[in-house]
Parts: sequence; C-alpha cells; structure tokens
Amino acid sequence: MSARSIAALLAVLAVVGLLTFGLLSKGSAKIAVGDPVPDKALPVLGGSGKGKIADYRGRWVLVNLWASWCPPCRREAPLLQRFWRRWSRRGLTVLGIDVQDNAPDALAFVRRYGLTYPQLRSVGEERSAAFGSTGVPENFLVDPRGRLALIWRGPVDEAFLRSRIVPVVQGGSS
Amino acid sequence: MALLPAAAAAPPPSLTAIEGEVMCPICGTLLELSDSPQGQRERAFVERLIARGDSKSQIKDALVAQYGPRVLALPRASGFDLSAYLIPAIAFLAAVAALAIGVARWRRNANRPGSKPAAAAPRGEAAERLDADIARYDL
Repeated sequence: MSARSIAALLAVLAVVGLLTFGLLSKGSAKIAVGDPVPDKALPVLGGSGKGKIADYRGRWVLVNLWASWCPPCRREAPLLQRFWRRWSRRGLTVLGIDVQDNAPDALAFVRRYGLTYPQLRSVGEERSAAFGSTGVPENFLVDPRGRLALIWRGPVDEAFLRSRIVPVVQGGSS
Repeated sequence: MALLPAAAAAPPPSLTAIEGEVMCPICGTLLELSDSPQGQRERAFVERLIARGDSKSQIKDALVAQYGPRVLALPRASGFDLSAYLIPAIAFLAAVAALAIGVARWRRNANRPGSKPAAAAPRGEAAERLDADIARYDL
C-alpha cells in the first residue's frame, strides 16, 4: 500500500471517528423494562457526599427525574411526598434526581414542598441522556434487584400511583 | 498607593453581555433567545451572581458547575475543547499544503519534456479565415 493510500485511509478513518464520536456524545440511551437501571454516583442535593440508586438495593425505588422550573413537577412533588411517607416503611423509596437545573433553585423547591425523600443532583444532561429522557418529569420504578419494572415518561398522579405502582410493588413482581 | 485588583476595577458584567455567550441547555439556543421557564430560571441565577459582584468568568464557571460545559456557547480553549479551535486550523493548513503540493506537481508535469504541447497557432488558410472573422465581428 502506497504512502498516499495510507494517508487517505487515515484521513477517512479520522473523519468517521469524529462523526461517530459526535453521534455517540449526542445520542440518548434506549432503556426498556427489565434492563438494569442506569446508575451512577451523584452528589446529594444540598448535602455532602454522593448517592446512587444501588444504595437502595433490596427495596423498590421510584426514581423521579425533576427540575424546579418544570410546572408538572410542582404538581407532582406533594403527591410523591405523601406516597413516600405512606410506603417508605413498606419497602419502597422515592428517589428524586434533579436534572438540568441549578442547585439553589432545586433546594428552594425541596423546601417549598417539604420534600423529605432522598434527593440527588445531576449536572448537565448526562443522566437525562442515560435514562433516554425527553423531558421532565419522568418516573422509573426499579425493582429490588435493580432492574426497571416500569418506565413512565411524564408526571404521576394519585390514580397512576394507585393503579400502576402499588400493584407491582404489592405483587412483588415486575 | 495600593493597586486595586483588576477584577475589582473592571465594571460589573451586564446580563445582556452574558446572555449572548451562554446557552439555555434545554432549549438549545442562546440564553438571550430563550423565554422558556428553564431559561428564565437560568437568567435569574445569573442576575443573582451579578448582584453578588461576580466577574463574567466567575459567572461562567458557576454556570458550568450548575448546568455542565454545554451551557457555554463557545467551547473553552483548554483541554479537549481546545480541539474545536485546533482541528479547523489544522484542516485549513492541511488543505493549503495539499493545494500547494498539487500546484507544484502540476507545474512540474507541465514543464517536463514530452508533455503535451500547447495548441499551435493557426497557419495558412485557417489564419486568414480567423483574421477575416475577427475583422467581420470587429473584435
């Protein structure tokens, strides 16, 4: 192979590599029920240290992606707080992950709605992309083994929690 | 007389100046073009930092800490982001070099003995006909 051919091949590989990198860095993950939940250690909102979904292994976890600027999140937060209080002793944890937001606004939101369930914070779009998120709020029920049992790309309400989450948790199956 | 630090002497940054240099990450537009709820909260965050007396670079650092590096409209000239500036410059230089080599090679081939000669000027009857045509069209 001549030097010119090698140079041309390298140039083509460089262009393909750049395009691939661009696509991979922009793309959102596709997740499905039954998949392991995307997990990563994230800073605790308003606290020190980090936390992750796997910290609650052995319990059901309702992961709620939210942001303080999102109006449906404001309607949903008090419901999730009540649900958490009702179910926290029965093997379910609500875990909020604040995304695409700034910490002072997020903390003000938590105080305003009196949220006491654990909260993590994701900087930038990385976690949203990992969940294949298209917006906020989105909710993901994770079974005690760390697998996705339900994906709900929108806000939850009382009826949804009662009819879609409770039966799964009570049934102990996904 | 004590010298004031440069940052203290610099005028405070305006919201307008910063809005033109940072993104509303969700909207995918400059913050100055965004009227979304997220853009409004980001704007309020910047206003709080301006009121606190932060410089433009401090405000940008705080925005990156809150929203990630994609909040910056222009990538930073350091680390991996430096490639955003280097690659176009290197590509431009490579294109100029390739053009220069190509032109040099073309000229060398053109001057090589045995290369195809330029078309000969018309002679005889053809030359007379050409002269007549030129005269007719007053060229």
